[in-house]
Amino acid sequence: MDLAYGPRYEAFRREVSDFLVAHRERFPRPGARDESLAWQKLLLEHGYAARTIPREFGGFGAEPDILESRIIAEEFNSAKAPTGLAGQGVSMLVPTLLEVGSDEQKRRWIPPTLAGEIIWCQGYSEPGAGSDLASISTSAVEDGDDFVINGQKIWTSTAAQADMIFCLVRTEPQAPKHAGISYLIFSMKSPGIEVRPLKTMTGHAEFNEVFFTDVRVPRSQIVGERGEGWRVANTTLGHERGMLGDPNAAETRLAAIIDLMREETAGGERLIDNPVLLDRLMRLQARVLSMKFNALRLVSARLSGEPAMLVALVVKLQGCELNHQLAALAIDALGELGVLYGESPHLRDHGGWQQRYMFDLGLIIGGGTAQIQKNIISERGLGMPREPKSEG
Amino acid sequence: MDFALSQDQKLMQASLVGTLERICPLSRVRAYAESGEDVAHDVWRGLTELGVPGILIDEEHGGVGLKLLDAALVAEALGGHVAPAPFLGSAVLAPLALMNAGSPSQKAAWLPRLAAGEALAGVAIGEALGAARDGAGVTANNGRLTGNALFVIDVAGADVFVVADSSGGLHLVNSGEKGLTAIGLTTIDLTRRLGELRFDATPAEPLDCAPPDAVLARLRDAAWTILAADMLGAGQAMLDKAVAYAKERRQFGRLIGSFQAVKHLCAEVAAELEPCRSLVWYAAHAFDAIPGEASLTAAHAKAHLSEVSRFVARTATEVHGGMGFTDLVGLHYWFKRVGLDRQLLGGPERVRREAARMQGLA
Repeated sequence: MDLAYGPRYEAFRREVSDFLVAHRERFPRPGARDESLAWQKLLLEHGYAARTIPREFGGFGAEPDILESRIIAEEFNSAKAPTGLAGQGVSMLVPTLLEVGSDEQKRRWIPPTLAGEIIWCQGYSEPGAGSDLASISTSAVEDGDDFVINGQKIWTSTAAQADMIFCLVRTEPQAPKHAGISYLIFSMKSPGIEVRPLKTMTGHAEFNEVFFTDVRVPRSQIVGERGEGWRVANTTLGHERGMLGDPNAAETRLAAIIDLMREETAGGERLIDNPVLLDRLMRLQARVLSMKFNALRLVSARLSGEPAMLVALVVKLQGCELNHQLAALAIDALGELGVLYGESPHLRDHGGWQQRYMFDLGLIIGGGTAQIQKNIISERGLGMPREPKSEG
Repeated sequence: MDFALSQDQKLMQASLVGTLERICPLSRVRAYAESGEDVAHDVWRGLTELGVPGILIDEEHGGVGLKLLDAALVAEALGGHVAPAPFLGSAVLAPLALMNAGSPSQKAAWLPRLAAGEALAGVAIGEALGAARDGAGVTANNGRLTGNALFVIDVAGADVFVVADSSGGLHLVNSGEKGLTAIGLTTIDLTRRLGELRFDATPAEPLDCAPPDAVLARLRDAAWTILAADMLGAGQAMLDKAVAYAKERRQFGRLIGSFQAVKHLCAEVAAELEPCRSLVWYAAHAFDAIPGEASLTAAHAKAHLSEVSRFVARTATEVHGGMGFTDLVGLHYWFKRVGLDRQLLGGPERVRREAARMQGLA
């Protein structure tokens, strides 16, 4: 056991932190698209975004190195620096294309995606296909050189801004459900697409519904083989689960709650001096530390090539629940102030705690519900028998 | 960067588990629990062959000279087998007290015998850590101790006791000393022997603790971490038993492990328990390698494992259905083991308040 990264990596850490100090004034402001694109360009040049994507596709071309990626994430986090673009195009589509896309697809789509010139959305879930994603019914019927698409997607974040969509459609209605799916990419400007904002319990529309009516897509825009879409999508679904439940976010959130509880008073008493709230804080601190050290163990296992099994399988379930509980403590500690929302006077943190408390419930459900996670943990992690298959 | 067990540590774990399965099956645990014998000498001898009593003792004094992480791996295996072994007192706390505060002659008198498994040590530090009950407490005056200590660890069969006085100073007391009375306290957990020591102007040799609280704090951190490791091992054993039972028990024509109601219970236990392993490893590693983080992570390991292992114990019992409630299956030995670990040297509420104090939050 040795937690030091060693001199070579410490030198790399200084390089990253020097870069962030030198370019602090170029951190983009939230919502400023031009600044954000310029920042992305700078990060691509220095290898702090798309670090391991080959240069011919607009990346930095470095060898994959788990510790380097971790150091970049740590230094950006501690400098409160905006990271490179991490939308669904960069995090889901690009790795998928690298693995199963044609050369032409890689050349055409990856460079502008990395540069932030194309915004993508993901068309997976449907009203009738949530946890049972493979039961999608959006159809793609061959007609000449095109597929003609009809159906509906839901939970599509960024659909309103997106230029393009990567989408699961059913091309083989007669085949068994996993075998009849294809993975298509097409323009969101195509005729026949309608985007309707989906307002959630937070009061905001973080998601959309997308309706397809006779949308024509060239047959060449299929990724992988026809009927292979399920396998293509699964090259990156596991990646999404790893991103949800990130312990760095929990650690940052815990620190913010400690500040909050030290600074705020109720009836003249600091919140931190309430023994019940303090006990809850300490309980959650133990959980944050457990998940932080669990992440260390995961990194270590990946470095040595050992199977991570349960260490990896529990991250989404435990991490999302922990984040939710942290937000719950913050709003409970705030008391009446914790229910203020919108633009109310006396609002704290722009209503962020209440917003996170509600949105986190969505994250416990999204990306594989807590119940699906428990199926995965018990079946793959503990070797327990599967639920007998039901009809359909 | 390497946050994993070494090859040597994995080998040690495997040989420990192999030995415990041979010398300490549930039937042996049951015999110890039901007979009221002081020490399971056969078990301690078997562990001595693997060097367990001297795991922390330096080689100069006949030990193996390993670190607290290695001791935590031993504790995990012992908890997993609900082993009746005086490990915490004789192999962890007394050696640490002697190595940190013993004179050369005190070390020479006790460490080689402890390392060889020839002597056993009990440890009485609970009151000094701020948990005096029923008026207990020990005062030191001119080389003599007066008062009483409760919840003394590994009291039965001890040849020597490490005793903390009310100002945090530590003393060695021989078990045969005039003015010393040892009384057993019956707890729910019959796999370990706790007791009370009563002192009536009992002669004692002081250990050299300067500043007084520093050595005591090291003992506390070590004890919290080792108790956490014991709960980790016990918790893992209960999860393993629950999963195994769910894979063989049939109801409604199906293995009960195929019902989501049952498999989700097991998944919740695994999801709670697996990150605990990392917390225990980190706290144990920090004890020797990252002093600034040792106390806080030890406190959190103790408190968090107390909460998680209670959940595991209760849930594993439920997965076993009615059988889990019987003496026959014996799951209750693990249930009670973590019950004692939870309260010993501070239940989770008290330990969390300590954790807050360490950070200036209380």
